[in-house]
Amino acid sequence: MFTRRQALMTAGVASIAAAVASIPVAAAAREAVAAPDIATLPRQKVTLVAPPHVHAHDQVARDGPKVVEFTMTIEEKPVVIDEEGTTLQAMTFNGSIPGPLMVVHENDYVELTLINPESNSMPHNIDFHAATGGLGGGELTLINPGEQTRLRFKATRAGAFVYHCAPGGPMIPWHVVSGMSGAIMVLPRDGLKDEKGEAVRYDKVVDIGENDFYIPRDADGNFRTYESPADSYADTVEVMRGLVPTHVVFNGAKGALTGENALRARVGETVLIVHSQANRDTRPHLIGGHGDHVWELGKFDNPPAKDLETWFIRGGSAGAATYTFLQPGIYAYVNHNLIEAVELGATAHFVVEGDWNDDLMKQVQAPTPIATN
Amino acid sequence: MSFSHSWIEAVAAASVSIVTAFTGVAWWNSPGDIRAAETVVVAAGAFGFEPTGEFTANGLEFDPGERPAAFDRPIGIMKYQVSLGDYLRCVEAERCEAPDSRSSDREAPVTGINFLDAQAYAHWYSARTGEDWRLPTPEEWAHLAAERFAGEVFTRGQDPANPAIAWIRRYEEQVRLDRKPDPVIHPPGHFGPNSNGVEDLGGNVWEWTTGCYTRIEQDGDGNPVGEAYENCGIRVVEGAHRAYMPDFIRIGRSGGCAVGTPPDHLGFRLVKDAGAFAGLIGFGQAAANFLSH
Repeated sequence: MFTRRQALMTAGVASIAAAVASIPVAAAAREAVAAPDIATLPRQKVTLVAPPHVHAHDQVARDGPKVVEFTMTIEEKPVVIDEEGTTLQAMTFNGSIPGPLMVVHENDYVELTLINPESNSMPHNIDFHAATGGLGGGELTLINPGEQTRLRFKATRAGAFVYHCAPGGPMIPWHVVSGMSGAIMVLPRDGLKDEKGEAVRYDKVVDIGENDFYIPRDADGNFRTYESPADSYADTVEVMRGLVPTHVVFNGAKGALTGENALRARVGETVLIVHSQANRDTRPHLIGGHGDHVWELGKFDNPPAKDLETWFIRGGSAGAATYTFLQPGIYAYVNHNLIEAVELGATAHFVVEGDWNDDLMKQVQAPTPIATN
Repeated sequence: MSFSHSWIEAVAAASVSIVTAFTGVAWWNSPGDIRAAETVVVAAGAFGFEPTGEFTANGLEFDPGERPAAFDRPIGIMKYQVSLGDYLRCVEAERCEAPDSRSSDREAPVTGINFLDAQAYAHWYSARTGEDWRLPTPEEWAHLAAERFAGEVFTRGQDPANPAIAWIRRYEEQVRLDRKPDPVIHPPGHFGPNSNGVEDLGGNVWEWTTGCYTRIEQDGDGNPVGEAYENCGIRVVEGAHRAYMPDFIRIGRSGGCAVGTPPDHLGFRLVKDAGAFAGLIGFGQAAANFLSH
């Protein structure tokens, strides 16, 4: 297959002609092997939901592989990223930062329709770390405002994987730190398993996308606002090249997962936390809790680590962890670089209701003046 | 800098005569290097006051509720919070430390100052004016703030079997309060006067009081058990909600508030004992003495 996009981007008529001439043979061969199977597979259309929520899905596949259809519309828009009203000229998959979590099973086919509306100002594409070849699909999905494209890839590896926009050169990091990243979770067909092969199940899943933002400041040190993404580009790149983010946040903004937006659970519930960071290393920690089963690398064919206090998510990857809440209260889920958690924003809260367990913890003596003899 | 139209605004009928007495004082317009603060006199009165500090019974915090409080004489209070410009005069006199943050507007309230700075200013200002200015007690602040007094906005009771219940309830109260940080330092008068005519109470600049952090253990009848714990390294700060702040903290965010949006800014205003108003002649004399130096 050879896209019009590639043709347009290739300099010289001769090379286009040569390339076009050489392509149909290979394409035909691939189609001959793969197409009939895929054409007969059942298809499932999934409507994506904004994180931290995740669309309904089976933890264990009911049948054989299928084609799972998703649609995402790219939205460029200003997004307020902290309580002071600092505004990012954001670029988003489907209007949210991170983009929505897609859930399929191993050997399902992901078929994504990607739409870049006329109202946007820039070309965009999508690179799935879960996909094989074609720069993760980035090479086949570059679309201008007013265009759409459809990509199909086979989810051959089980795990949580990052996807992000990668439109080439300096556009790549800029689009990513403008919000264009998300995750896909490819579950084993028979579900998650622990190190002994026993089933690991969850009552709910939360999708946490962590972003580092680089907002330029004016001469007085105040964050600047811009008319458009393009308007913000030159100043933003300068801040980016310093590698010191002005904001490190979960789900697009400081406070996006605290207060009235806090995550909720009950004592006894098991939560699967998918945590992705498309650009920069992070180290999640649940204050007052643990990681019961942690796929630090995010890939489910590796046995999960157990009882972790803090785990490491490499920039450009997604990890997954389960935890069964044992005690009620407020839990802070943080990037345990505490400067990033508290000063820069990487904090989420779980409000957990249920009965207190005195066996696990009790305040034996309330604060009282120091005893003197 | 000259004394400019300083006046006393009195709301309470009891202090009308004081207003009359002051408006005619000619030396107000004399030159000097410090401007007298506009002062409001609030009449004596009784009110309900939810006490500062923690109250525990059998080791568990409980809500002490409102308790009667009263002042039997009028109190004078600065109509506006101490301004940056006035505070900087104390800095220039090398009697106050420079604030940690500041507005570009010298008329705006001084912020970025700690309890010790506020006290130092009170001493300096008292010496310059010959008047006995000081930080208010929490009870005085509540009385002067009247309907702007917030005090404890979060409930304090605790379930003996499940500490998480109160914890979650306070978290949700904080969410419902929905107070967003307001980092901008606004000009004086931005938040308007209260019913006593005192400006900007409960705005985004919290005010230091002399109250110390205390913890009092009580029995079922409300009688204290043992010695009360008192820590005057931690002072009560009043504003949109009460906060407890170590006395060296200049930036509210870094200080106290177990729950609740922390204070946006820390500032202060001073009060003057009723005695200063009772003896008007003495008061004027002191100011005149100061001016003659």
